[in-house]
Amino acid sequence: MAALQPFTLTAIRTHQASLVAEWLAGLDASGATRNLKADDLKRQTEEFLDLLHAGLQNGDASNLNAGAWDEVRLFLEKLSHSRALLGQDSQQTATFIFSLKGPLFALLQREYSEQPAQLANQLLQVSELLDALGLHTIRTFQKSREAVIKRQQEELLELSTPVVKLWDGVLALPMIGTLDSQRTQVVMESLLQRIVDTGSEIAIIDITGVPTVDTLVAQHLLKTVTAIRLMGADCIISGVRPQIAQTIVHLGLDLQGVVTKANLADALKLALHRLGLSVAKAG
Amino acid sequence: MSAEQSGTQPILLEQDVVRARQLARTLAQGCGMSLINLTKLVTAVSELARNAVVYGGGGHMDWQVVEKDHRKGLRLTFRDEGPGIPDIKLAMTDGWTSGGGLGLGLTGAKRLVDEFELDTAPGAGTRVTILRWA
Ligand SMILES: Nc1ncnc2c1ncn2[C@@H]1O[C@H](COP(=O)(O)OP(=O)(O)O)[C@@H](O)[C@H]1O
Ligand SMILES: [Mg+2]
Repeated sequence: MAALQPFTLTAIRTHQASLVAEWLAGLDASGATRNLKADDLKRQTEEFLDLLHAGLQNGDASNLNAGAWDEVRLFLEKLSHSRALLGQDSQQTATFIFSLKGPLFALLQREYSEQPAQLANQLLQVSELLDALGLHTIRTFQKSREAVIKRQQEELLELSTPVVKLWDGVLALPMIGTLDSQRTQVVMESLLQRIVDTGSEIAIIDITGVPTVDTLVAQHLLKTVTAIRLMGADCIISGVRPQIAQTIVHLGLDLQGVVTKANLADALKLALHRLGLSVAKAG
Repeated sequence: MSAEQSGTQPILLEQDVVRARQLARTLAQGCGMSLINLTKLVTAVSELARNAVVYGGGGHMDWQVVEKDHRKGLRLTFRDEGPGIPDIKLAMTDGWTSGGGLGLGLTGAKRLVDEFELDTAPGAGTRVTILRWA
């Protein structure tokens, strides 16, 4: 495909200000500008037009992978990334590119009003170029979005495994939600590390927040218990409600001598007792 | 006995095990199931749904609310088109696993419900139907 006519390039340059204004108005009307600062958006539209112009001058509009388009692609990747962080969806993000079509087409129509054949040719090329750029934006947006989700999951993993010190020598680990292998791994590591750091003798794993104890959860719990014991510490599982206790029995699970308690308070009482401590009323 | 409600939910990925549990919980609550029976049922669902994902390569859970003598219950079928189970007796032995589990999923599920039926053959997939009264 031939490059865009120099005349088109000049037209874009000459009318850049009005192009930006129309583009911004279109973006605003599309609802794709929510959460975005007007200043940022204006800067982004201007920067994109500059880069687009430079790309068209140096490169072929039909091959976006060429070096001449590096800057444009990089710009769109950064844009996608920042939009993903702002919680925009892929449609809103791609609208940034697609809403340039209207103003640009109108401009070409005015400039090529005397040459319909040229107009058709230029419209087609600009359209294909913007489509390709839009698709690139969507693709990179999806990658950014996946990266954001992955990071949030990792953060959640850490957030959901707080090891708390209940007393000198007594740690508690309140588990919440579903225990998958990945989480168990994180939980186990942070608990074992805290046992070492604090020299604790007793660890209480509280499963009040775990709605279903099936054989997989049990397997993960038993692995954790084994690791705790290997470190010379002792383990109590609390939050074993009556319905969970019955289910464990029916499943035929062998808890390998781990003491279980219905609630965390009972577990703490037992832990203190084992340490030779007792709680007495003051006065 | 008259069927009142029924449906199907796909179980393809690990996340679908959680969704199957949630659906079973909601349906069991709708049947007025006691907390103990509900917990047993949901645990059995967890085992069978996971087996369908892990060993059956994914499948479906069919559910049906049933009623008999003014008592409601939930019938669930877990079916997959996986390799099937070559030795049913072995698979229904406490502690036997082919995949590093605890080997208590099938036998445990059986003990957690009122009715349990396993229908499988090598190359013909696996179908487990359970029923739990409220
Ligand atoms: N849907 C299935 N398709 C094929 N094989 C299965 C299926 N469900 C269970 N099995 C076989 O039966 C064995 C026992 O299953 P289960 O009692 O759930 O224990 P586990 O899952 O811990 O292995 C499995 O290891 C597997 O070999
Ligand atoms: Mg299993």
